[in-house]
Amino acid sequence: MNMLTDFPISLIVLCSGLCLILLGLWGMLTQRNLIRIIIGFSLMDTGIHMVMVSIGYVTGGTAPIINDAVAMNEAVNRVVDPVPSALVLTAIVIGLGVTAVMLSFAVRIHKTRKTLMIDKLTESKW
Amino acid sequence: MIKRLFIFMILALMAVIFFNLASNYTENTSLSKLGHYYVEKGPLEIGAPNLVTAVVVTYRGLDTLGEVTVLFISAAGVGLLLRRSRRKQDIDSQDRDNRAEESKNSHKPASEIVETATELLLPMIILFGIYVFMNGHLSPGGGFQGGAIIASGTMFLLLALPESHISRLMIAITESLSGFSYVVVGVLGVIMAGGFLDNRFMDLGTYGELFSAGAIPLIYTFVGLKVGFELSAVLDRFRQYDQNEDTDSV
Repeated sequence: MNMLTDFPISLIVLCSGLCLILLGLWGMLTQRNLIRIIIGFSLMDTGIHMVMVSIGYVTGGTAPIINDAVAMNEAVNRVVDPVPSALVLTAIVIGLGVTAVMLSFAVRIHKTRKTLMIDKLTESKW
Repeated sequence: MIKRLFIFMILALMAVIFFNLASNYTENTSLSKLGHYYVEKGPLEIGAPNLVTAVVVTYRGLDTLGEVTVLFISAAGVGLLLRRSRRKQDIDSQDRDNRAEESKNSHKPASEIVETATELLLPMIILFGIYVFMNGHLSPGGGFQGGAIIASGTMFLLLALPESHISRLMIAITESLSGFSYVVVGVLGVIMAGGFLDNRFMDLGTYGELFSAGAIPLIYTFVGLKVGFELSAVLDRFRQYDQNEDTDSV
């Protein structure tokens, strides 16, 4: 495998992203505190964004902004794919919205039950 | 114990999948077909130097409208979850000023350095947010990023001056108006140009200038205002709920 000898930068981003996904999943499955579960979700979210960005990378590419730095006629060979970047932009905003709703649920649960530990919230257990 | 084993197995299987993904990964050496089209035609068709903006606002504009809708729904959901009980709300609407006075007493005021820094920095933060969303078609940034910067200014204000009052009516009006205008701009694209959210019903202007790329600066201004005010409203909800609980326990 020659990829170990010349380690492309997008592979590093991809691997870190995959590790973050695993870490987030581990946190969501093992932690008992709601806030920590939400942090696990955020980690997983960030990992997915990193994976998506790394997939759009093109060897030697730069940001897809065409101005004095990147001329219009050679842009096709010099920029990274703008589509995954646009998707990640959308995904970040959606993740923010979901996290805000989850946190407000946590605030509500803490107000009514005075606890954030899911072991104490037994009604939804089956 | 069996649960632990189960979790470990799930994680191990996921790790195997991920390892296979990563070990077969080869970096792209050229753009995908779609990306190629956007990079080649985008600057000429849309007139925006920032191609991510061209994709987000124009080519995939409908997705962005959906994204703004999701953000709106989640802000509304936070508002619904963190609302105060009805009895309290009645009292609240009767003498909101009194409550503002009360909460002023219940919070320790910030130090003079923090207060002065807030007064000095807040206009600059908001100005920077406006800059980021106005230049979304030229440089990295855009409506969502600019909106987030404006909301971070609000966060700063709430941290430094916890008793400051944010008008919920103003937030609601600005938010609804900018959301409505966004849709109106989209419909204008159907009537005067190629389709929904087509930016070319306005003059494309000189490539690379502030007022160019058709309706993109307009759309991003509306998105920026909407996102900024929406996130400010979310932050304000969390703060007010917190204060509410404070007065409960007293």
